[in-house]
Amino acid sequence: MSAHAQLLIVLLPLLAAPLAALMRTPDAAWALATAIAWSVLSLALLLLLQVQAEGVLSYAIGGWAAPWGIEYRLDPLGALLQLLLAAVAAAILPWTRQSAARELERARLPGFYAALLLLQAGLLGIVATGDAFNVFVFLEISSLSTYALIAMGRDRRALTAAFRYLILGTLGATFYLIGVGLLYALTGTLNMADLAARLPAVADTRTAHTAVVFVTVGLGLKLAMFPLHAWLPNAYAYAPSAVTALLAATATKVALYVLVRFVWTIFGAEFAFGAIPLAALLGVLAVLGMLIASAVAVRQDEVKRLLAWSSVAQIGYALAGLALASGAGLAAALLHLANHGLMKGALFLALGNIAWRFGNTRLSTLRGLGRAMPWTMAAFVAGGLSLVGVPLTVGFVSKWALLQAALAAGAWWLVGAIALASLLALAYVWRVVEVAYFEASESRDLRCEAPLGLLLPTWLLVLANLWLGIDTRWTLGLAEAAARALAGAGL
Amino acid sequence: MLVTALFVVRTRDLLAATMLLGAYSLLSAGMFMVLDAVDVAFTEAAVGAGVSTILMLYALVASGRFERTPTRPQWLPLLVVLATGAALVWGTFDLPPVGAPGNPVHQHVAPRYLQQSGAEIGIPNVVTSVLASYRGYDTLGETAVVFTAGLGVWLLIGGLQRRGAAAPVLASAPHANLILRVVSKFLIPVILLFGLYVQFHGELGPGGGFQAGVILASALIVHLQVFGADQTRQIVPESLLRVLAPLGVLLYGGTGVAGLLLGGNYLDYHPLGRTPVGGQHLGILLVELGVALTVSSTMLLLCYLFAARVARR
Repeated sequence: MSAHAQLLIVLLPLLAAPLAALMRTPDAAWALATAIAWSVLSLALLLLLQVQAEGVLSYAIGGWAAPWGIEYRLDPLGALLQLLLAAVAAAILPWTRQSAARELERARLPGFYAALLLLQAGLLGIVATGDAFNVFVFLEISSLSTYALIAMGRDRRALTAAFRYLILGTLGATFYLIGVGLLYALTGTLNMADLAARLPAVADTRTAHTAVVFVTVGLGLKLAMFPLHAWLPNAYAYAPSAVTALLAATATKVALYVLVRFVWTIFGAEFAFGAIPLAALLGVLAVLGMLIASAVAVRQDEVKRLLAWSSVAQIGYALAGLALASGAGLAAALLHLANHGLMKGALFLALGNIAWRFGNTRLSTLRGLGRAMPWTMAAFVAGGLSLVGVPLTVGFVSKWALLQAALAAGAWWLVGAIALASLLALAYVWRVVEVAYFEASESRDLRCEAPLGLLLPTWLLVLANLWLGIDTRWTLGLAEAAARALAGAGL
Repeated sequence: MLVTALFVVRTRDLLAATMLLGAYSLLSAGMFMVLDAVDVAFTEAAVGAGVSTILMLYALVASGRFERTPTRPQWLPLLVVLATGAALVWGTFDLPPVGAPGNPVHQHVAPRYLQQSGAEIGIPNVVTSVLASYRGYDTLGETAVVFTAGLGVWLLIGGLQRRGAAAPVLASAPHANLILRVVSKFLIPVILLFGLYVQFHGELGPGGGFQAGVILASALIVHLQVFGADQTRQIVPESLLRVLAPLGVLLYGGTGVAGLLLGGNYLDYHPLGRTPVGGQHLGILLVELGVALTVSSTMLLLCYLFAARVARR
């Protein structure tokens, strides 16, 4: 079966979703979803080893060779992303059982797990495929399930948040589709490798330039590139806790992955950064996003929304890495992609524990929580330190890599922006820490720690943050290998 | 098409806008016909002009007919829209001329579809060969998209209503409307038969699971509009639809798994039959059935959910 692993990693969640929808009891659907998540994780590990041993893997779906049929194509970058998606989902799904049982209606739970599986299948499918139109199909699967999942939040404002995301997300997907359509008209193919081979001959046309613009703007909407981030803060703030954690750790990363794939694999760095001033554009937007979104985050009183704004800022870091247009910058961006997924996963799970206990995550609720929920708050602090970029956490590793890449490229503007944004991050994390540890609660002296079923997955992600922050060989090596495969020997 | 589009943007009457959108879809279908894209035209007519108009009408009944007049002119959105439009027009200047035989779209991938599919798959409708076999995985994804949409709507507004007061929405006084009842009784069997024809004729002529699914559902939607949701629910209960919609995806996906277990790649239909072409026939038949199952039951389920939602108000 290992010859089919590349396909099974997407197919398992895709076909488990209708099964989960057929189930009557929530626990059965949850058990199925969790079992799938762990099988997907083992497949992702298997695939990573396979890619490291054999290089790029290719799978012809339907037995039709590309470009006539649809090809699944996995390189080091894809394997890294799939591992991130699989690992985060495998940690979050066990956590979801208790959280979802409290936040959602019982009758809707099987459907909820089906939608979670569809989301995972969609995201994994985007990463797995080597076909530009197939990306769109799986983008739709993940997007539609995301809209429904966000709208299931308890707060009625979740509905408007989901609707806003639906409009903007659909616009983004449509722009992407227009771009792919133009590329198809120019080249007659949808296969990515084939596109890359046939595009240079027609790159010097207005149509090709328009296609680049439409694909970039469309993906910019999906990945919440500043100033196209308007959907993100409310969507994260009002979605059910488990959904927020999963989305924050994975969804925008996958859109960013597609952008990397288009810029480096299909357009080629010379075309994207030479013929079109993509680097300057991304650089300006990245810095603006890092600074403005961090400043907005400092002023939030709802911690979930605070972290959502911080996500917008963190996307800026990754985009800045891309804007350096160098192999080192690309590696730093990819590293930050994975590391930020781990951080935000841990942070939103810790917040979910608080929401599980108190029903909300307003800053005032957190008063005195350092004593009342010591383990949860400790997890939050560890994740927060990682967000700031304190040494011995993953946040430090990727910021360090980004700084080095910026220095190597002589990009002093980026060095300054990273320093300033890190100070702002310290400010917003400190606000939470101050309330939780230094403001006494009038009524709450009792210990009210979250149950073990919630704490264990949270700490699993926190420990991953610390472990990969100390032992950097693995993640750094993977990101560098992925960047080397994309950008050639320029590393 | 330009005129209808402009009116849709200008009018504050959402009912008129919905109707014009239906007309717009029908005109696009005509345009696709002119471009010889018969299958696309078919889908556009069935989905764009048909089912989506019905769904929008439900939304209007649930919300309200008239749009609020904005208090100040919205210049920024207009500017963004104009810039986007200008970029698109600018980008098309270098496009290869429409219909020229030397275009890349006709030269690279398409010739094999046109020349070999007869031998490789053995059915006359090349569009079906591409959709169900060469690019069958995309179609599995699209089927999953339809299922996801139905699941999403159910998660948001399903399961809340009690049975009972679900009255027909669009024909508010069904007993009075003898003409509608008689005509629809004649029409419904014909529509159902036509749906089945489109389903099983998809290999030979235009059509296939998507179109057939929508047509089959539309017959029952007509029934729902004229006789009321309670009567339709007695013929096709909601619980059945909630089983059939996921089952369609499983049937499509399962056909692929069968190919996998028989030694091929996923969605390879060759091993399914005694001869490769026979395998392709069987595989396409099964996956098209899966598509029709999911599409028809999801469409009808959506109408049930919206009808119940509207009746609750």
